[in-house]
Amino acid sequence: MEIVYVYTKKRNEFGRQCNFSDRQAELHVDIPPDEKLAGDYIERNPCDTGIQCSQEMSEHELNTERFETESRGINHVEGGWPKDVNPAEVEQTIRFRKKVEKDENYINIIQQLGSVMEHCIQQNNAIDIYETYFHDIESDSSGEPPSAKTINVFRDPNERKRTATSLSWYPDGARKLAVSYSILEFQKSQSDTPMDSYIWDIENPNKPELALKPVSPLVCLEYNPKDPHILIAGCYNGQIGFWDTRKGSHPVEVTPIEKSHRDPVYKGIFLQSKTGTECFTTSTDGQVLWWDIRKLGEPTESLLLVPNPKENPRPMGGMSLEYEPTMPTKFMVGTEQGSVLLCNRKAKTPSDKIVCSFTQHYGPVYAVQRNPFFPKQFLSVGDWGARIWSEDLRDSAIMWTRENMSYMTDGCWSPVRPAVFFTTKMNGTVDVWDYLFKQNDPTLSIQVCDEALNSLRVQDQGRLVACGSHAGTVTLLELSDGLCNIQRNEKSSVNAMFERETKREKILETRHREMKLKERSKSQQEKDDAEKQDEESEEDLIQKAEADFFAVIEAEMKIRDTKEKQQMESLKQMNKTLTGDGNQVNNMNEELLEKDEDEVAQSPRV
Amino acid sequence: MSSTDTSHAGEILDRIQHHKGVRGVIVVNSDSMSVRSTLDNSATVQYIGMAKTLTTMSRSLVRDINPQDDLAILRVRTKKSEIIIAPERTADDREYQVIAIQDYE
Repeated sequence: MEIVYVYTKKRNEFGRQCNFSDRQAELHVDIPPDEKLAGDYIERNPCDTGIQCSQEMSEHELNTERFETESRGINHVEGGWPKDVNPAEVEQTIRFRKKVEKDENYINIIQQLGSVMEHCIQQNNAIDIYETYFHDIESDSSGEPPSAKTINVFRDPNERKRTATSLSWYPDGARKLAVSYSILEFQKSQSDTPMDSYIWDIENPNKPELALKPVSPLVCLEYNPKDPHILIAGCYNGQIGFWDTRKGSHPVEVTPIEKSHRDPVYKGIFLQSKTGTECFTTSTDGQVLWWDIRKLGEPTESLLLVPNPKENPRPMGGMSLEYEPTMPTKFMVGTEQGSVLLCNRKAKTPSDKIVCSFTQHYGPVYAVQRNPFFPKQFLSVGDWGARIWSEDLRDSAIMWTRENMSYMTDGCWSPVRPAVFFTTKMNGTVDVWDYLFKQNDPTLSIQVCDEALNSLRVQDQGRLVACGSHAGTVTLLELSDGLCNIQRNEKSSVNAMFERETKREKILETRHREMKLKERSKSQQEKDDAEKQDEESEEDLIQKAEADFFAVIEAEMKIRDTKEKQQMESLKQMNKTLTGDGNQVNNMNEELLEKDEDEVAQSPRV
Repeated sequence: MSSTDTSHAGEILDRIQHHKGVRGVIVVNSDSMSVRSTLDNSATVQYIGMAKTLTTMSRSLVRDINPQDDLAILRVRTKKSEIIIAPERTADDREYQVIAIQDYE
């Protein structure tokens, strides 16, 4: 509906000056509400409307395609000889050289360059401009907080991700890292799961330097410390193979299945030997086998892990090994059952080979390692914590970490600092413990990835730490100076700490033993006393009962006697009265009865 | 061209060779071929191969910055020794290089 209001003005009043004045409000149009129209609408009550004050934004992400680099080397060979000169012919090359030397340009240039060169050499000989003035500056890094940074991440290049089960550093300079990949979950690996394990150059995470192609996925691998080209590796099916990186991806030799382990090989270590070819391996089938990689046809020696053949003839499954080259006959095995077995290879009988066991873990011992500075103390990692033991104390560890929320999976000592060790956990963190700094909590805890970490290895200089995860990601961490430089008096204070803790545990142990002994003797005595008391009381009771019994019997007997007497007397009286008066008899009887009663009453008194 | 000049060039190289710490001197021609060398053949070939690429790259760097400039000398200081490379172009655009390796304690 349109509202129209027409103003009228005369033509001659156009352009005339306006004359405004006040006047009353007047109604021009009145539109009454149309009830019918309301039917067309639906009332909304309440009514909401969205109001946005800020500017609308949107986010987009774009990831450029990754640029993959590849490094290639060039092999320079001798060349550049003119066509008519055969470089193999000495005479021809000499002749050619002589010809060049006679060239005028050559002479001029040599004169020019010679002076320049001589100048440089004399400069070098006159003064060493690169001289280091301060050789022995001790860098004080104790002030700065410990830290670690991720240098590189190596991912399993295959589609199906596998667990990085073990790592080994290249022994000569630690430029490379060998990683074994396999799926350890029961029946999780399928036929299409790749078998390869890789050797990575730590500078190049794009492409592995070499692929190791075994017949069954590798579970453990280890570089030969004496020959950095050679690796041994244990397979999932129990076989052991050795690789020579100069000879390519395929194993040089593999042990025959019937002579190998029957379970996955969890750990192998090279032994200290003249040839550098001997090694030993363990597996969850409960065997430790010794091998010489020159002839892998059969193990040179074997040991079944049965620490107590009388009590429990079933062997324990080996999970980890420890071998210290300075103690060539001794070694240690961490078992699936949670104990660490200290063994001596040179013992005469197999039962003597297992010297003793250290049992305090509730689950498999994933790592055992002696302290590199104090070989009597060793670290074991299993269940929810790590423990430090002294070889002398078998009943209890001397130090241990608090129980963690997540399971610990691997651990090792720092090769440069006696008080530092590293552990990995199921929640993807690496803990760095500095026992001189604090014992209750890790000094540094790094969340490396979201999935579980499975393996850990420290490079020999103690600066680089590699850790492998469940999904096959290997992360390389670099530690801050404070964590990889030995501190002043660290060795002596760590030694003191270990000794103090050993002493404490020893005292506790002896005290515990004494208490046990005391308790045992006390309980023995109590038992004896109790037995005696029992015997005595029994006799007493018997006596008492007997006495009671006899007393009752006697009393009964007396009563019976008196009664018999009474009867006899009364019978006599009756005989007398039968002869006399009836009344009298009655009276007499009454009297007698009274008398009798008196007598009866009196009789007990008699 | 006199024979004295030839021997003069040889003398210069000999003198360089006899300075303290000098392990070897190599003269390379434009075809990357050793004209003279006091090192054994395989080491010579290796040094030449490496030095060639390095000087080419260094020269291109210097010239990219200033086209009028040119590389005069390349001294590669290592932990054990110093490799001094002196390149020079002749008038007919042929290049010679002298490489000296100097050890120091």
